[in-house]
Amino acid sequence: MNINFTLISQAIAFSVFIWFTVKFVWPPLLRAIEERQKTIADGLAAGERGRHELELASQRSSDVLKEAKQRASEIILQAEKRGTEIIEEAKRTAKEEGDRIVAGAKADVEHEMFSAKEVLRQHAAQLAVAGAAKILRREVDAKVHADILASIEEDLK
Amino acid sequence: MASGTELTPTSYINHHLTYLTTQVGEGSFWVLHVDTLITSVILGVMSLGFIWLVVRKATPGVPSKKQAFVELAVEFIDNEVKNTFHGNRHVLVAPMALTIFMWVLMMNAMDILPIDIMAWILEQGLGLHTWKIVPTTDVNTTFALALSVWFLMLFFNVKVKGIKGWMHELFCTPFGSNPLLWVLNLLFNFIEYVSKPLSHSLRLFGNIYAGEIIFLLLGMWAATGVSGTIFGSILGAGWAIFHILIVTLQAFIFMMLTVVYMSMAHESH
Repeated sequence: MNINFTLISQAIAFSVFIWFTVKFVWPPLLRAIEERQKTIADGLAAGERGRHELELASQRSSDVLKEAKQRASEIILQAEKRGTEIIEEAKRTAKEEGDRIVAGAKADVEHEMFSAKEVLRQHAAQLAVAGAAKILRREVDAKVHADILASIEEDLK
Repeated sequence: MASGTELTPTSYINHHLTYLTTQVGEGSFWVLHVDTLITSVILGVMSLGFIWLVVRKATPGVPSKKQAFVELAVEFIDNEVKNTFHGNRHVLVAPMALTIFMWVLMMNAMDILPIDIMAWILEQGLGLHTWKIVPTTDVNTTFALALSVWFLMLFFNVKVKGIKGWMHELFCTPFGSNPLLWVLNLLFNFIEYVSKPLSHSLRLFGNIYAGEIIFLLLGMWAATGVSGTIFGSILGAGWAIFHILIVTLQAFIFMMLTVVYMSMAHESH
């Protein structure tokens, strides 16, 4: 255990090594580590932001869904209402149409009845004339007795 | 083994504790331990050079395995420094802590290499009869480191607090600024400033030196015969495994003390 010149030489070596580390070893490594830390921090921040955005998006989508549901139920309600309306209208139209058909039919029937009556009247008049002719045993001149025929016809009405 | 002389326990231990010296000037001070200097420089260049090679290609993206390893070590040290030292550590203190930890760790780790095999390799391969491969068993190394730190500590005391501030600290702490206490304060601080480099360097030196001596004693057991060789080997292996802890722990303690001293120099009480 003797102190000698080795001490000074070792001190010099030590200072050279410290200088080397300070100058060449520490800065690049520190830079790399710090840059990586920054990258990681940025990544984490981006992840956090993404999470937040996802939250917002899901919120938005549920809002949209809710609105759509509401809208759909409104539409259904409207459609139901419209359906009832259409049915009512159809009923009404059908009833009108039916009434009209019935009225037409009635008119036709009346008309037919009228024509039949007319024909019957004619026949009855002829029958009356023929009857009268038989009773009188001679030809009744339709021209001469037109006024009688007309009055009979008038009676049959 | 020292050739030519009779092999006794004393000569065996003496041989392993002999430095390869060279005289660089007149007087007993101007002696250089060539083995200590060269081994330590090689180890420093190897460890810091390895880190430098890795760091040169350091990428902020996905790191390679080597870079990850270096980053692990560096971040561990950086964290320790951050917890203790509150100034701008990147200027000097953190890189210095890294240097000290890596270098001292490597120098201490030489202790784990089997001492006689290394001596044989050095003698057969390089023709070196005496070569101490553990630089931290040389008190010059530990004192060189501790005194360098000590001088840096004085420098930063003056730089950060100013001459006046430092003098105030020397005279007025820890007991108070009463003039009656000035002498006591100064004496107290004087003892503190003397004990710092002593405890700093001798702790490391003592631990590693003692470890080496134990390896030598266990190695000597082999001289008693086969059973001695076997027990010596088993105990030597056990001690080497335990020594991994000591080697790392002492490097870490040395680094932490450095950081603490630097931190004390930067902060007033």
